[in-house]
Amino acid sequence: MDVRSLTIDQVQTGLRNKTFSAMELTTSALAFAQAENPKTNAYLLFCPERALAAAAKVDELISNGEMLPPLAGVPIGVKDVIVTKGVRTTCGSKILEKYIPPYNATAVDRLEAAGGVILGKANCDEFAMGSSNENSAFGPVRNPVALDRVPGGSSGGSAAVVAQGTAVVSLGSDTGGSIRQPASFCGVVGVTPTYGRVSRYGLVAFASSLDHIGPFSRNVADAATLLKVIAGRDSMDATSAFAPVPDYNATLAQSVKGMRLGLPKEYFAGLASETASKINKGIEVLESLGCTVEEVSLPHTEYAIATYYIICTAEVSSNLARFDGVRYTARSEKSDTLSDMYRNSRGENFGAEAKRRIMLGTYVLSQGYYDAYYLKAQRVRNLITQDFAKAFEKVDALITPVSPFPAFKIGEKVNDPVQMYLSDIYTITGSLAGIPCMSVPCGNTVEGLPVGMQLLTKHFGEETMFRLAYAFETAGGFAG
Amino acid sequence: MIITEVNVREVAALANLTLTDEEIPRMAADLSGILTHMDKLNELNTDGVEPMSQVIFENEETATLRPDVERPSLSNADAVANAAISGGGFFKVPKVIER
Repeated sequence: MDVRSLTIDQVQTGLRNKTFSAMELTTSALAFAQAENPKTNAYLLFCPERALAAAAKVDELISNGEMLPPLAGVPIGVKDVIVTKGVRTTCGSKILEKYIPPYNATAVDRLEAAGGVILGKANCDEFAMGSSNENSAFGPVRNPVALDRVPGGSSGGSAAVVAQGTAVVSLGSDTGGSIRQPASFCGVVGVTPTYGRVSRYGLVAFASSLDHIGPFSRNVADAATLLKVIAGRDSMDATSAFAPVPDYNATLAQSVKGMRLGLPKEYFAGLASETASKINKGIEVLESLGCTVEEVSLPHTEYAIATYYIICTAEVSSNLARFDGVRYTARSEKSDTLSDMYRNSRGENFGAEAKRRIMLGTYVLSQGYYDAYYLKAQRVRNLITQDFAKAFEKVDALITPVSPFPAFKIGEKVNDPVQMYLSDIYTITGSLAGIPCMSVPCGNTVEGLPVGMQLLTKHFGEETMFRLAYAFETAGGFAG
Repeated sequence: MIITEVNVREVAALANLTLTDEEIPRMAADLSGILTHMDKLNELNTDGVEPMSQVIFENEETATLRPDVERPSLSNADAVANAAISGGGFFKVPKVIER
């Protein structure tokens, strides 16, 4: 057994054939992950007791001859913005350095009920705000493919553990590209489902109208399996969708012949040449499978970054107001009045990016600016969403790059917030519209850096998206 | 939009956020850069376009309501367990009212 390359299917087969027990697998996976972690800093914390207890339950099912649930014994990493009862959850922030949640996120409950084994909590940008994982209060994550480079963000740790082989699959969160961009930088599969497809209960809120939980994996089938487990209506999240959850894996292998693909012209202008050539090669693979390709237009794309950073920062300023030095562990010690205590606790414990977004959000919501910024952005969000609706009248899926460039060097963009924000250009539009999107590997640059191809479909079109991704993977598209 | 250091101090007060003297000029420069990019939205005419506050799917209006039945909530001990300072089942904060 090589824990680095295991898939969910191989774990299940190994358990069923008694090649290994869940305890043996968990013990080796933990030992490997703990030994490898110093290279990347991808895990912030390991929870061996919880992992071994989950494994013991799986072994009990096996010895009783019971059916194995879909994630039985599967080693999983969980992004540290998703709460785990009794296991520290920091959100990559000093302000939650000692926070021990009193409850589980619904996604965590569901994956554990399906036999999943959580090995530990994955590093991320503070409160999931960032595109490089350099905003974690507990140090940046290094890209396992090239250790001097960023893994992307904000779910950099979740992408890295899957790429590094220190988890089979992981959970991340995506608000403007935080699953897809790190998946593309690390060469793994990352899925942002339809908004509301997965309950946000227990996902520490960053921008509530844009936050998603979604899976990372090394192949398409594993992402589909994990999504099916965590998806579905949850009474604890009023925005979670009622739509039934299909068995994505059952339709994965269906032919994609005749599927109509759209290439939004706005996404291919000005694209770095190496990324462009990889994506174009990927499109040729899809054409060879019988898909038809046509150019489409999403005319409001150029307004997406401004729209996104107004809406998300406005929501940040509201959501992060709760971290006030009273309820969540960290408090400034040099304050005599209540008001100073609030201000100093926040000033001392939030990092630079969190402060920048709180300030921006407060500004765009403040008296006299609300209409000009926030309301205006909400109207443009509608136009961007309509662009997609019109495109999906003509095509079944859209194909785009995930990022304008592959993984950049640690430190390269950290001092220029505008440049960092502009790197999200291809991922935030799908987030604003709330449609499902995913990143699949699409070969490497000459330097060996992974390139990701983005697939987007209409709301609840995950089945189509997975089918297309699976056909691409099966045709050898991941290798480029 | 250009943001001055005075603007930064005003917004920081609204946000209940202490910024150091070193952070203020940097914040003014960063916010000015980002808001200048955001001004791009003024190019667009959005008259008659509905603001979109959520991704909404077709459902009965009452679909998300649950029956009004009590269900267990966090215990007091759990609720204050993560407090910076607590005592007697309460969150403790600096004195608010002077006698």
